[in-house]
Amino acid sequence: MKIKILIRMANDISAFFNADSNKEIAADGVAKHILRSWDPRMRHNIITYCQEDGSELSELAKTAIIKLSQG
Amino acid sequence: MSINKDQDFGTPASKSSKLVNLEIDGFKVSVPEGTSIMRAAASIGIDIPKLCATDSVEPFGSCRLCVVQIEGGRGMPASCTTPAAEGLKVVTQNQKLADVRRGVMELYISDHPLDCLTCSSNGDCELQDMAGAVGLREVRYNPIETHLHAVKDESNPYFSFDPSKCIVCSRCVRACEETQGTFALTIDGRGFDSKVSPGQNESFMDSECVSCGACVQACPTATLMEKSVIDHGQPEHAIVTTCAYCGVGCSFRAEMKGEQVIRMVPHKDGKANHGHSCVKGRFAFGYATHKDRITKPMIRASIKDAWQEVSWEEAINHAASELRRIQAKYGKDAIGGITSSRCTNEEVYIMQKLIRAGFGNNNVDTCARVCHSPTGYGLKQTFGESSGTQDFDSVMQADVIIVIGANPTDGHPVFGSQMKKRLRQGAKLIVVDPREIDLVKNSPHVKANHHLKLRPGTNVALINAFSHVIITENLMDTEFVKARCDLDSFAKWETFIAQEYNSPEASESITGVPATEIRAAARLYATAKNAAIYYGLGVTEHSQGSTMVIGIANMAMATGNLGRDGVGVNPLRGQNNVQGSCDMGSFPHEFPGYRHVSDPTTHALFEAAWQAELSSEPGLRIPNMFDAALDKNFMGIYCEGEDIAQSDPDIQHVHAALRSMECVIVQDIFLNETAKFAHVFLPGASFLEKSGTFTNAERRISPVRKVMSPLAGYQDWEVTQMLANAMGYPMNYSDPSEIMAEIASLTPTFAGVSYEKIDQLGSIQWPCYDEDSIGTPIMHEDTFMRDSGKGLFMLTEFIQTTERSTSKYPLILTTGRILSQYNVGAQTRRTENNAWHSEDRLEIHPHDAEDRGVKTDDWVGIKSRAGETVLRASVTERVQPGVVYTTFHFPESGANVITTDNSDWATNCPEYKVTAVQISKVNQPSEWQTKYQAFTDTQLDLLEQGISNG
Repeated sequence: MKIKILIRMANDISAFFNADSNKEIAADGVAKHILRSWDPRMRHNIITYCQEDGSELSELAKTAIIKLSQG
Repeated sequence: MSINKDQDFGTPASKSSKLVNLEIDGFKVSVPEGTSIMRAAASIGIDIPKLCATDSVEPFGSCRLCVVQIEGGRGMPASCTTPAAEGLKVVTQNQKLADVRRGVMELYISDHPLDCLTCSSNGDCELQDMAGAVGLREVRYNPIETHLHAVKDESNPYFSFDPSKCIVCSRCVRACEETQGTFALTIDGRGFDSKVSPGQNESFMDSECVSCGACVQACPTATLMEKSVIDHGQPEHAIVTTCAYCGVGCSFRAEMKGEQVIRMVPHKDGKANHGHSCVKGRFAFGYATHKDRITKPMIRASIKDAWQEVSWEEAINHAASELRRIQAKYGKDAIGGITSSRCTNEEVYIMQKLIRAGFGNNNVDTCARVCHSPTGYGLKQTFGESSGTQDFDSVMQADVIIVIGANPTDGHPVFGSQMKKRLRQGAKLIVVDPREIDLVKNSPHVKANHHLKLRPGTNVALINAFSHVIITENLMDTEFVKARCDLDSFAKWETFIAQEYNSPEASESITGVPATEIRAAARLYATAKNAAIYYGLGVTEHSQGSTMVIGIANMAMATGNLGRDGVGVNPLRGQNNVQGSCDMGSFPHEFPGYRHVSDPTTHALFEAAWQAELSSEPGLRIPNMFDAALDKNFMGIYCEGEDIAQSDPDIQHVHAALRSMECVIVQDIFLNETAKFAHVFLPGASFLEKSGTFTNAERRISPVRKVMSPLAGYQDWEVTQMLANAMGYPMNYSDPSEIMAEIASLTPTFAGVSYEKIDQLGSIQWPCYDEDSIGTPIMHEDTFMRDSGKGLFMLTEFIQTTERSTSKYPLILTTGRILSQYNVGAQTRRTENNAWHSEDRLEIHPHDAEDRGVKTDDWVGIKSRAGETVLRASVTERVQPGVVYTTFHFPESGANVITTDNSDWATNCPEYKVTAVQISKVNQPSEWQTKYQAFTDTQLDLLEQGISNG
């Protein structure tokens, strides 16, 4: 699946949870949302992208995906 | 079986709980206060003759046939307009009354054709019945002038109006007013000249008539008569079933002659529709036997090949072997399926079971993905359950109604009529919509108190401004919040929403709605005794669709407008079984009952019940399937009842994805747009040809009953079962009731649902937790359905969509539906409903039209960053400057060529409601339209070749 689509999806999810001033809670929200709604192939691709580049991910998305990769 | 007509009690039921006792013809009877003498008599089996009275409309007292005598009373009052009262002694039959009635009938018959034997109403005519009841034996009058040569109006495709048979009882006029709320009919003239007139002496088709048929149903003679009855004669038996169109889920009596449907008559006991219907449900059923129906299975190796008709066995085996081949080649997760809201609960359930247990993955999704998936997400998060909170009847207790991004009179017409009735009784109305829907000011005696004409894509800014007013002006229901909601989440939300940037003044430049107007509307909502919110796809089909649903839920909780009659959050579901298809586990991350696939208890429960190893990982959503197909790792799809090649956004992308798959299996009643890309076609059954249940927008599970044999030989659940068995996953249901029993055994909210109970009660609203439960009309009465029982507030920051108007694409396109057509139009386009709407048009404001030299009927090109199409223009002030609007009922319109791949952040529901476009006058179809027409012609040729060879 095209990584651009996944990046956009991750950033859109993060934009919603970013309203929370506690960024720890916000990142947990993003990670949980991705874990519970994305097919494993999609999760694998975004984690790989985050580890190898990650430049197009928002700060919150990046934090959340790192959390996701750590399980 | 027999025709067994609903009893007509003459006048509507009283809702009073106080009883009065009286005596009628010597029999004692107790009835609720306010009940008419006519109805009281009917309740103990005494039929008082009547003509102008029927229990669907208020009494009128004009025909004088229902006169009675009351002991101690004067004269002969009409029993329809005289209320039963304590201690009355009523006589309904004596010589004096008989003489009066016979005299009345003699006058009626003196101006009525005596063609009973050849009349279409013969056997079903109240005038004929009353002539018999009063013992009319002669007509002594020899009138100088009559109406016997009045000219028929045949303009409506579905019913005929023969004024020569009219007795001017006004039942049709009152039905149009009271039941439908259109006020299209009137009695024109006085005395002998009185006549029923559509509009200003227009034909039915030229008048405001919406062809709901309430007048036809109310008519006691053959004056207003279904053309199908005129053509085929009276039906001889009736079966109660549920409509397959919108999410209202009307109950109908399918009135039959053998296996032929003669007419669909809305069922008086139907709890969603109370005997009313719309033009689609009542009249547009002819598609079921349309010549385009495909009734034989077909296969082909490539979409460039002609179809080949084959046996069911061959088609099923071929489909199964192709799916298995693809899994062997590309992996277990390379196939999946799409269920549909047009399928029954039982069909959806076994389809998702086949995918999860037979395919071995969770790649199942449903068309709710593109409509109400944000409702499922938003309400699950905040309230704990993915459903609306009320029954439809709740609206009759609402004092303030907000309609957001919905058009009930077109999209949910029967509920729209009920809402209009409440509005005529005095409820206040707030409409939030970029476009002027009929409720704003085009419905007689209904006018919105506020029409908040916001810019498309700014819903969240608007709802935040509403809540800002409620919080900062102390209009919230503190007691409710304290008792019923999660207080930590409330505190956080309260701080967030009170910030100045959420105020109406700050939002004005975003939404385009004056701050004073938002403040007034918010105060009206918050201070009402009962305030209810109804919303549609104008809420969900946005990049912030889920955020908006959450914002609505926040506001309802903050004002305590939940948990009782007259309030609530009410998503108006587009299709008949959107709610049900979601309930049945159609989403890739949830088992039936909205339980996550990774939940260990639920996972173990289904593994044990289904005797299969199940994945605990979410599967692919529909747009993910398309993307994966283009990446060559999703190569086979089983699509039942859904037309993704027309209904989904950025359609060129969808077509490319379908072309890249190695096996597309379509199960449908027609060769729909998706089937043009298919390799296996499995002929489906219409709702008239199968049994099961649908669940409507108020969570009402209603029976779908087979009234005719499946044209292709099998009901859809049987086809899915055959495919499961061919794939090596055994299924052995012998009746849909067994499937429902399995659903009930595995889903707590359905635990008390059974076919026996549905037969007994007519319908059941879930949750229905046990055998003793009769269902739940109003949800969250004492606690919310979240684990904690408390409602959760969530923060709803407004984030502007990336789809914005620019100098290249300066206008915003938004989309919607029209009354006479239904979604992709596969059904309604194959009926006479095309008489009202035969093409999709682009609505454009006069200023924007003038800037571009566009006039009504001109062809205009509509170009977005996704594509271009051409439609004819309608210049109208219904849309605001800067906004254009179209419907999407015709595939050749290509509305989804221009919609983009933007979607809701939480659910990927497409942002159909916001597309930046440019409009220009053109004189030929778009390149896409030309190419697609050629593709369609080729596919129809390949179908024709297949049928000829078969």
